[in-house]
Amino acid sequence: MAEAMPAAPSLIGRRIRKLDAPEKASGRTRYIHDLEVPGALHAKILRSTEIHARIVAIDTSAARALPGVHAVITAADVPWQRPIGVGKDHLPLKTDRVRSLRDEIAAVAADTEEIAEAALRLIRVTYAKLPVLADVTAAMAADAPQLHEGRPGNVAMTFDYAQGDVAQGERESDVVIEDVFRLHYVTHCCMGVSGVIAEFDPAGNLLLHSNTQVPFLHKREFAEALGIDPARIRIIQPPIGGAFGSKLDIYPFEPIAIFLAKITGRPVKLLFTREEEFLASPTRQPVLLKLRSGCRRDGTLTFRTVETVHDNGAYTSWGATTPFVMMQTISSLYRVPHCLYHTAAIYTNNPYAGSFRGYGNLQATFAVEAHMEKLAEAVGMDGLAFRLKNAQTAGEVTPQGMQFKSCGFQQCLETAAARSDYLRKHAAYAAQQRAPGPVKRGIGMASMLHVGGGAKIYPSDGCGTILKIDDFAHVTLMTGASEIGQGSETVLAQLVCEELGLPLEAVTVVNNDTDITPWDVGVHASRTTFIAGNSAIGAARKARAKILAAAAQKTGLTEEALGLAGGCVVRRASGERLFELGKFLRGLHFSDRAELVMTTFYYEPPSRHQDREFKGDVSAAYAWATQVCEVEVDSDTGIVRLLKVTGAHDVGRVLNRLGIEGQIEGGVVMGQGYALTEDLMVDHGVIRNPNFRDYKLVTAPEIPEMDITFIETLDGEGPQGAKGVGEAPAICIAAAIANAIWNATGTRIYALPFTPEHVYRALHGAAAPPAWTGGA
Amino acid sequence: MSVNCDIAFTLNGVPRRLAVPADMSTLELLRDQLGLTGTKYGCGEGECGACTVLVDGASVNACLMFAVDCDGRELVTVEGVVAGATGQRLRDAFVASGAVQCGFCTPGFMVQASHLLGQGRAGGEAEIRRGIEGNLCRCTGYRKIIDAIATAAQGGDHG
Ligand code: FES
Ligand code: FES
Repeated sequence: MAEAMPAAPSLIGRRIRKLDAPEKASGRTRYIHDLEVPGALHAKILRSTEIHARIVAIDTSAARALPGVHAVITAADVPWQRPIGVGKDHLPLKTDRVRSLRDEIAAVAADTEEIAEAALRLIRVTYAKLPVLADVTAAMAADAPQLHEGRPGNVAMTFDYAQGDVAQGERESDVVIEDVFRLHYVTHCCMGVSGVIAEFDPAGNLLLHSNTQVPFLHKREFAEALGIDPARIRIIQPPIGGAFGSKLDIYPFEPIAIFLAKITGRPVKLLFTREEEFLASPTRQPVLLKLRSGCRRDGTLTFRTVETVHDNGAYTSWGATTPFVMMQTISSLYRVPHCLYHTAAIYTNNPYAGSFRGYGNLQATFAVEAHMEKLAEAVGMDGLAFRLKNAQTAGEVTPQGMQFKSCGFQQCLETAAARSDYLRKHAAYAAQQRAPGPVKRGIGMASMLHVGGGAKIYPSDGCGTILKIDDFAHVTLMTGASEIGQGSETVLAQLVCEELGLPLEAVTVVNNDTDITPWDVGVHASRTTFIAGNSAIGAARKARAKILAAAAQKTGLTEEALGLAGGCVVRRASGERLFELGKFLRGLHFSDRAELVMTTFYYEPPSRHQDREFKGDVSAAYAWATQVCEVEVDSDTGIVRLLKVTGAHDVGRVLNRLGIEGQIEGGVVMGQGYALTEDLMVDHGVIRNPNFRDYKLVTAPEIPEMDITFIETLDGEGPQGAKGVGEAPAICIAAAIANAIWNATGTRIYALPFTPEHVYRALHGAAAPPAWTGGA
Repeated sequence: MSVNCDIAFTLNGVPRRLAVPADMSTLELLRDQLGLTGTKYGCGEGECGACTVLVDGASVNACLMFAVDCDGRELVTVEGVVAGATGQRLRDAFVASGAVQCGFCTPGFMVQASHLLGQGRAGGEAEIRRGIEGNLCRCTGYRKIIDAIATAAQGGDHG
């Protein structure tokens, strides 16, 4: 096997096989759906059939009487329940009012899923309808009913950011443009549906098998919702069938399963159906965005004024906080001296948005990169030169306070443009716009900036590691970082092996049990490789130092003269093997000096934390990328085919080439779905297409050719120089495709998705551009 | 509650006889009654391919087939696929090509790919892409799955 090297070249940058892949490809991995807990009951949730209504009465008597039913609960049975979620505005079981179709009214625990479903059908709910707030306009109307106490105007959250003076910026501008953009609903579509297993032991300790991305912080969330001591909660994460941000919050089904476990005294397993997954798991944040931008005749950007209104849905989850990321792109992707940014997230009776890979950045980049293209044309510059003129460089501290210590942005632009033959094709395709025939080609570019060195959304961003080496030189790495399919387990093992000169098989990673693993703030914000990676390296270096110190004593050589390679202690200079590591460790374990258990924590280096005005640094490093999309547009059908994506990504350094390629390719295709095929149709509070037949994910025949180049800027703080990359590849695709359609047809489309019907209408002048309805 | 029916069929090469409810799907039979959890529930409506199994050599969505219809047939699941030489070659190629991320879709792709290989329908990029059109993957973007199948079709993993 390639990884089992002799006294060895570096593992960094190699194609390392994912540790969990053989088991997964054999169908032997046991996801939450596959776990059998002896004695477990099966739970189902009754959801509202009204979009907005008072609950007048709930009759559960017939359901309770059904044989095989162990519990039927409503809010009345759990008077101690507390609100959950980012806005703490959401009771797991609704008391007197439902605010969206997904709302949980009752739940059943029964011997089988079938009995639980039959019981749900026996529950009678009487509603008194209330007016439906179907969109933000209705919700902002002066006479609109208030959806939540203490939230006048149905405002869930607002965000304001300012730098410089946009009025002055506008005065200094030779060109000023303003447009409104509309971004739609999409949802995560994890292939494994949501689920949880809850059980209490006789002492009242809660064990949760959960797919959460945030095990440690969610212990506290659950404890608060349940009114119990967080120290009595243990969370085990089985392998997770996809997450992409969807598991960053807690949702009603989790406390509900816990209520049922508590009330029945039995383990309770609750799994969604696919339809439920569409209806009751979070979405990406839909946004209406007004952007006003300007530049000088020489192409220097002068100002940006941005106003956005977000349909928050009925409750508040992380989706409401995406402006935090959006404003970074607006203020700091390119150098802009003057910026003004305002967002309001407005409660409606629609589904509510959570966090989703890219976290607001897809929406912000869509608007910003449309204006980069339009401004360039207005001043007669090509899109590449215009972007290069305004692109950030290493060493920059932006007016928002972000510090770009490593920054390969200009290289990303140049590389992606050169490899895609952007300038030549752009000119050639533009010249073809009026040529006969319905099928036209176009090429478009977009770039992105995203956190790549952790994210200080909490007071700090840390991760712990415990590393032990047994007497056969087998390493167990216990890390707080969760694996969600992205390959963190493998990259952490790789970083440890690099330090200790061991093959990948010599490492077992334990990463899924809060009683064992050290603290971490969760898998999000592309932070795991950077934060958990640095933490793992710290532990491995401690182990290395201990081993070399002992070896120096034994050999009489200095520690500096020794090294670890190929599973041996070696002479550093010559690579000569001195002794086999396992054998040496056996000796050490029997001595009184061993202590071969290492602990470390890594926290991001000190920096200026963001203040209330959102000024400060949010990450120890930032990732950059430019993606160029080439499309074919058929004006007779409205079909847009994505032919090729040329990406250049500043990733700091490639650690596992196989893993990072997979992240980029998967992200590109997710971005393609966002742009071209996916559309969660929300119509007056109702999701019209809660299934894969009508909600179209990209399939294999449609994927583009992908040409990906990694720009290695070797970040000084990154583990082996690496930066985070998980979210980056999905961010630019829709923006680049919009620019490509413009290049192909001369038509600028301001609203997503670019499904055939929308594109056809836009190309034939039958679609009005989005109007600003976000208020004054 | 529904009527039980006796069925006899071959599962991964082993003859089986059992009684199944008339309204049970083959997916439920495999997962809930027989404990073969490699076959996954992704949608229950024939739209995702996570539940793909081979029935008399044809690839079928187990969620759409009644368990009673297994009577008299030969079923192969992912567990059976990886027990054979083609399945092992595929598994090695999936691992070496990086075709697995969360892995939830992977068993379905493995079974579908073994079907394509068995039928001689993995001859090139376009044919492979068409052959896995019915299987959804949210993580990988399909590129490495296509590569893995091509590698296995050429006789081995490239790792
Ligand atoms: S579960 Fe059978 S096709 Fe999706
Ligand atoms: S690997 Fe996650 S869905 Fe395919």
